[in-house]
Amino acid sequence: MADQQIIISGFGGQGILSAGRILAYAGMLEKKNVSWLPSYGPEMRGGTANCHVIISDEAVGSPILNSATSLIVMNGPSLDKFEGIVESGGIIIKDSSLVERDPNRKDVQVYGIPATKVAFEMGNPTFANIILLGKLIEVTKIISKEAFEEALKKTLPAKKHHMIPDEMKALEYGMHYSA
Amino acid sequence: MDTVFKKPHALTDTTMHYCPGCTHGIAHRLIAEVIDELGIEGKTVGVSPVGCAYNNYIYFNCDMVQAAHGRAPAVATGIKRVHPDNFVFTYQGDGDLAAIGTAEIVHAATRGEKITVIFINNAIYGMTSGQMAPTTLIGQVTTTSPFGRKPELHGYPVKVCELLSTLEGAVYVERVSLHDVKNIKNAKSAIKKAFKVQAAGLGFSIVEVLSSCPTNWGINPVGALEWIKDKMIPVYPLGNFKGKDLEV
Amino acid sequence: MGEKLLMKGNEVIAEAALRAGCRHYFGYPITPQTEIAHYMAKKMNELGGTFVQAESEVAAINMVYGAASAGARVLTSSSSPGISLKQEGLSYIAGAELPAVVVNIVRCGPGLGGILPAQCDYFQAVKGGGHGDYKMVVLAPSSVQELYELTVEAFNIADRYRIVSMIMGDGILGQMMEVVEFKDKENIEKVEKNWATTGTQMKREHNTITSIYIEPEILEKHNQKLQAKFALIAEKETRVESYNCEDADIIVTAFGTVARIVKNVIKMAQKEGIKVGLIRPITLWPFPVKEFEKYADVPKAFLSVELNAGQMVEDVKLAVNGKRPVHFYGRMGGMIPTQKEILDKIKEILNK
Repeated sequence: MADQQIIISGFGGQGILSAGRILAYAGMLEKKNVSWLPSYGPEMRGGTANCHVIISDEAVGSPILNSATSLIVMNGPSLDKFEGIVESGGIIIKDSSLVERDPNRKDVQVYGIPATKVAFEMGNPTFANIILLGKLIEVTKIISKEAFEEALKKTLPAKKHHMIPDEMKALEYGMHYSA
Repeated sequence: MDTVFKKPHALTDTTMHYCPGCTHGIAHRLIAEVIDELGIEGKTVGVSPVGCAYNNYIYFNCDMVQAAHGRAPAVATGIKRVHPDNFVFTYQGDGDLAAIGTAEIVHAATRGEKITVIFINNAIYGMTSGQMAPTTLIGQVTTTSPFGRKPELHGYPVKVCELLSTLEGAVYVERVSLHDVKNIKNAKSAIKKAFKVQAAGLGFSIVEVLSSCPTNWGINPVGALEWIKDKMIPVYPLGNFKGKDLEV
Repeated sequence: MGEKLLMKGNEVIAEAALRAGCRHYFGYPITPQTEIAHYMAKKMNELGGTFVQAESEVAAINMVYGAASAGARVLTSSSSPGISLKQEGLSYIAGAELPAVVVNIVRCGPGLGGILPAQCDYFQAVKGGGHGDYKMVVLAPSSVQELYELTVEAFNIADRYRIVSMIMGDGILGQMMEVVEFKDKENIEKVEKNWATTGTQMKREHNTITSIYIEPEILEKHNQKLQAKFALIAEKETRVESYNCEDADIIVTAFGTVARIVKNVIKMAQKEGIKVGLIRPITLWPFPVKEFEKYADVPKAFLSVELNAGQMVEDVKLAVNGKRPVHFYGRMGGMIPTQKEILDKIKEILNK
């Protein structure tokens, strides 16, 4: 797909906004047009966080998504809030260690990955968002693994670069996970 | 023949508009003498207030900026930050500094802005015709306290030097008066020291100058000077509140 | 062109100001523009410039007044309630003819309102806001790249005419990240500021910065001079983007974020055989009146879409001057119209 409208949603602190940022950055490296729009303000503090990411071959019009081709959810309320706006034929990726129920939609592809649980087992719970992004890029092919790695290098401060090999392992875990 | 007395270079030739017996003119002259003696006219920028001295930019030969009511310390902050080597002073009355501009003066002092504030306290609003000022004395009759300032209705006089001297950024705080020659001389040395404190980059300096307003007080010029001595000084004691021992 | 970067709108404003040679920033925290202050606090320290977190927006704009008097390129930024507080200073800056750049990342009002995107300060920005007859050049970018380019230009315009340039955006523009490509070297106009209060150095007559003129004859002359300047700016500095207007069934007009939504609507409408044009004012003042005159006879109607109760629509009506009906569609309180909502309104107007 040459055009993806992605919503990533969960609790503040789950790396929701940074997941979207890495994705947008990788899109830019792939010479696509991109936008990243966070939810902002008081709702961010201890509450839910979400971001809208557009990666497209065409110029980005509105950065606000009224519908999405892909949805990544890392908590239950996010699934309740955004399930309805996924386009028919789109995809929903949920962190099944935190989102208990399955989506009601029958016209979308659903992928459940126990990302938070697996991330704990990998020794770093902050990798949960990366695992879910792995599934997204595997299914949509919107960006390459190589662009993702390059984006990590560009967006992480140098002192965190030693974590990149482990982050790539997390990404690959997500890419190849099948329930 | 030796010249023993002349107009300071830092003052223009323009005739001042102040009322007979008003001490604004003396305060202007003292500032100008200090600028001359320190040789800093070319590096000085003054900030004019809103009040009777709103247009004192026409009396000074240094660069001048006219500010909105009470905002002179903020304006001076902007000027000083752009050219830290220049001398920046504000000239503010009691309504300007101690009522509408309270936040600006307190925070300029808090930040230790390297500016010099000349604060003219005459216990009344002059330009708008004699309203009660934050520094109006208890019992003093003004057009907005026609039965005298009453604590239960109007609160108490604001003591600016006492207030600002509690702030670490304010390094030189002194109150002077213009009611007689001896005090005028003291006032000049305080203003000079305040400018020197600025030159040394030590922090915020303020000189509160007790001044007369015969017109709005309804007292003749000589009586007005007596009134400063007898009525104002007991409420606003003269002297140094901070920075007495600074070597500058 | 330089490297492509993915940056937040607010940070791009700050970076653009630095690239334009601004080394003096005065502000007070308010959502949703605080990233500008964060960026400046860090960078001014590196660059040896000034960053002051003022005690209030009132103080901040007066610090701007002082720094501009002293000849510096100076920036302040805020959001709606803070911009209301700055109105006193803006009027004085206009009266004293000082160059300054002010950013308003608009949030919804009235009062404390909310922090979500809005365009409800249009009137305040283009019709005055503060007291007295004055204008500011109001620039309304609609992308992060444009935030950069127009912020640099805002400084040039401010210096060229001794006027306030306002950048007017909203929370979406300020908070979103988009690709920005900085130039290797900025076009910084060098303007001689021989009026500035920099100290006479005993080499010239003293300069005075003031906005008070007690004599009515002199104050009227001063006002006439200001008005002549505003007329010149209207002639020289009007900026607008037109899109698909030549054979449009309807011309939508929108600025900033909303114009982006309308561009999506245009694509949706095309699929249904409806030709929608867009006139996007880039300068809200001066308003691109001539562009509306040019296309006034083309469509069946005009539609102004705004994040307010109907403000720019008044200027659209004046510009269209009765030649065609001018409709309005707006959302308020931080609500953003969907593309479908706008398309439905277009169909309603065209009876389709």
